[in-house]
Amino acid sequence: MSSTELRHTALDAVHRALGATMTDFAGWDMPLRYGSERDEHLAVRTRAGLFDLSHMGEITVTGAGAAALLDFALVGNIASVGVGRARYTMICRADGGILDDLIVYRLAETEYMVVANASNAQVVLDALTERAAGFDAEVRDDRDAYALLAVQGPQSPGILKSLTDADLDGLKYYAGLPGTVAGVPALIARTGYTGEDGFELFVRPEHAVRLWQALTEAGEGVGLVPCGLSCRDTLRLEAGMPLYGHELTTALTPFDAGLGRVVKFEKEGDFVGREALAGAASRAEATAPRVLVGLVAEGRRVPRAGFGVVAGGRVIGEVTSGAPSPTLGKPIAMAYVDAAYAAPGTEGVGVDIRGTHEPYEVVALPFYKRQK
Amino acid sequence: MSNPQQLRYSKEHEWLSTAEDGVATVGITEFAANALGDVVYAQLPEVGTTVEAGETCGELESTKSVSDLYSPVSGEITEINEDVVNDPSLVNSAPFEGGWLFKVRVTEEPADLLSADEYAAHTAG
Repeated sequence: MSSTELRHTALDAVHRALGATMTDFAGWDMPLRYGSERDEHLAVRTRAGLFDLSHMGEITVTGAGAAALLDFALVGNIASVGVGRARYTMICRADGGILDDLIVYRLAETEYMVVANASNAQVVLDALTERAAGFDAEVRDDRDAYALLAVQGPQSPGILKSLTDADLDGLKYYAGLPGTVAGVPALIARTGYTGEDGFELFVRPEHAVRLWQALTEAGEGVGLVPCGLSCRDTLRLEAGMPLYGHELTTALTPFDAGLGRVVKFEKEGDFVGREALAGAASRAEATAPRVLVGLVAEGRRVPRAGFGVVAGGRVIGEVTSGAPSPTLGKPIAMAYVDAAYAAPGTEGVGVDIRGTHEPYEVVALPFYKRQK
Repeated sequence: MSNPQQLRYSKEHEWLSTAEDGVATVGITEFAANALGDVVYAQLPEVGTTVEAGETCGELESTKSVSDLYSPVSGEITEINEDVVNDPSLVNSAPFEGGWLFKVRVTEEPADLLSADEYAAHTAG
């Protein structure tokens, strides 16, 4: 994205009016934070936060063969997703490497919306288009057709209820239904990336500002604040959720990432990566690959992606994401470590922070789980 | 954002007070604190050590990154701000006051320190 102009979301003027610190994220000029990222993080944990996620990549797949195409192109069992439901899945290369992790919404019997990470949207679009050959299905680039707003946090159901007649109580986690929010047509999805209850609202870009303002007003009395990508990252890290480019890469199969459960070998027909993934699955069973664990600092120095995890004077793993945790009040990290060191409470594990081996406690993920 | 007129500034975004009995106070500017985001860890130079103008003497860790801390002058560290060690967010909330970082007995100062107005021009645009 070096020489190309940054893309701006439909909410760009709103972010600037709010004084957001902006950042280049996958070619998009996105809000990093509006004030203190720690305050934004804690608002989502205790009240509610409003996010602009319009950089995410929406791809619509329609036609009589849509389900068959997605079953062939992705590792999940997409035909079994009910209308109105959503599923977390992945798209892999023929060699099993992860191209991206995705959420697929089934909007109608023969209509799906695939949501890809901003940084991978083109790759996913190209792969789906190529893999659609021979299927009675159309793959449509809908990145410009949607703005995406997310309301996350314990107050989010109440905020949304004041703006919609849609049956939110009947809307389960990982489900989506079309409705109207603040007079704006929206796909209302109960999904998110923060570890909290919340909603993602897919709307036409020309409606984004109106919806943002309505949500801001509706949330005023309960402490809703606008939130940037910085707190989104610490929220998802506390919730133990993987991030593409950190916990997931083309160098890893879902089995290496500890997410083998997303691969559905039992589904009908062939799918891209089946053979390689079957090999990866049996290798993982024979010799445990490195395991994704949580690390909690005893000190205050923060581990960053790429730092070595050490024990007994040798490197036994690598940090994939690290940040100070506003909820725990300590630095935390996710890391892939040798299976022998993966058990919670394993003694003598540290992180090499610029030459100093700082002690870390191995814990099970996630770091944070909301009370239901 | 206003930079106190009585202070001088480095291009690396430290501020330096006028020395009293040869000892000056050093911190980072509000501009730098805003750019860093929430500071969560401050590694400050040890009292008694000698620092060189423009050389690394510590680090400030924020949510997203770690930044080297430079000394705007050469000299000996006489005191560090223990309040900041215990509560690094002071760097964000009061960069020119309670969030000061260390005191240094100045032996040499570079000629290119900036006035408040020059620093404001340096950080504009």
